Amino acid sequence: MKKIRAVVIGTSAGGLNALSRIIPELDKDFPAPLILVQHMSPDGSNYTVSLLDRQSELTVKEADEKEIPKAGTIYVAPPNYHLLVERDGTLELSVDPRINYSRPSIDVLFETAAEAWGEELLGIVLTGANSDGSKGAEKILAMGGRVLVQAPETADAAAMPEAAIKRCKKAEVIPLEEIALWLNINCKKRNI
Amino acid sequence: MKKEKILDNEYLEMDLLLEGIYRKYGFDFREYSGVHLKRRLSHRLSVSGLKSFTQILHRVIYDEEFFKLVLLDLSINVTEMYRDPAFYLTLREKVVPYLSTYPFIKVWHAGCSAGQEVYSDAILLEEEGLLGRTQIYATDFNERILKEAGEGIYPIENIKAYTENYQKAGGKASFADYYSANYDSAIIKPALREHILFSFHNLVTDGVFGEMNMIFCRNVMIYFNKELQNRVLKLFHESLVPGGFLCLGSKESLKFSEVEDRFEIVSAAQKIYRKKR
Repeated sequence: MKKIRAVVIGTSAGGLNALSRIIPELDKDFPAPLILVQHMSPDGSNYTVSLLDRQSELTVKEADEKEIPKAGTIYVAPPNYHLLVERDGTLELSVDPRINYSRPSIDVLFETAAEAWGEELLGIVLTGANSDGSKGAEKILAMGGRVLVQAPETADAAAMPEAAIKRCKKAEVIPLEEIALWLNINCKKRNI
Repeated sequence: MKKEKILDNEYLEMDLLLEGIYRKYGFDFREYSGVHLKRRLSHRLSVSGLKSFTQILHRVIYDEEFFKLVLLDLSINVTEMYRDPAFYLTLREKVVPYLSTYPFIKVWHAGCSAGQEVYSDAILLEEEGLLGRTQIYATDFNERILKEAGEGIYPIENIKAYTENYQKAGGKASFADYYSANYDSAIIKPALREHILFSFHNLVTDGVFGEMNMIFCRNVMIYFNKELQNRVLKLFHESLVPGGFLCLGSKESLKFSEVEDRFEIVSAAQKIYRKKR
């Protein structure tokens, strides 16, 4: 397996709950950036950012355009913007039309991150009530990356993990309570 | 072929397509961010049934109508009336008091797209009693979008969201006062349009637009690379009178740009700046 250079995460309904069980549990020297899309209302303040930042030792911030992601930092898509990854790994924002009725859209993040990081990318699909993210997860696998999906029975809303599993036979399915540990162990590994 | 190599080739083809568009038609997208361009051009690829960016290039060169479609793909910026209501609230509170002291006000909406934010601004100025002595210039590089903006006709199903935004933005009247409904369309009141001049201007290739008191350019520059952003910001600086205001999108800023120290911050959260005297 290749070293994991970056982690992209997508979630919707129930997401904050799931993220609160993952992000605060990550090692404080976590060796990769985590980039996150959570569906939310377009004019809402980014409550996810402030809550997770308070809960965890890692820095959680809203992503800025042209930002270069750093290891151990969690970048959250701002409300009403798509978050994309330029091929050199720089973060980009856009106000392009909604995809899967969503802006930010998980597919947009996953598809562009897949082209930026290829085999060294890990995508994670968490709880959610729609199917955004499954197309992007498929692209991550096609580019040689890995995909983790929260086990639907451990999700507040099972539709999003189920859609991802259905579309991605090679996805690894893991219960919520084990995801943080999985990340701490697997992201540390070097190239073998 | 290795996936990386395939991607390299796709990006090479995309560069050549942009070069071709520039050489043939003069529209310069070579300094836009690659990932944005690729998503938009890939959309055209999938709906046109073509197989590669090189095939798009061939068609673009020989078929101007097809080029116009590609230009539309590359130029549409989605927006809505009173996008970011808090921005307009701040505009009322912190900028209008200054504008009120001017005998005549010139405003430039750069990259106005279909005009929603231009009309939002016009309504705000009207409610503050300033529109009568204001000239708004609304520019875009796409003639077709400019025409749409000038007509000021929007789908009626958007009006509910616009009305909500208007109220949150501190609107002083009923939003229905500013449009008339006609079947499935809402038409902006012609009186507002009298103070707006819609015209062609390309931020990438055209020059200074002079003596402005206020410039709006929201969520346009996020599609540009850093060098182009810098150039356009300098263009805005030159186009403003001393003390003139610059309004950017909520995720854009002057930070790390060459003009950062030539502006003071009016609202850090709403990205409103003022050119130093």
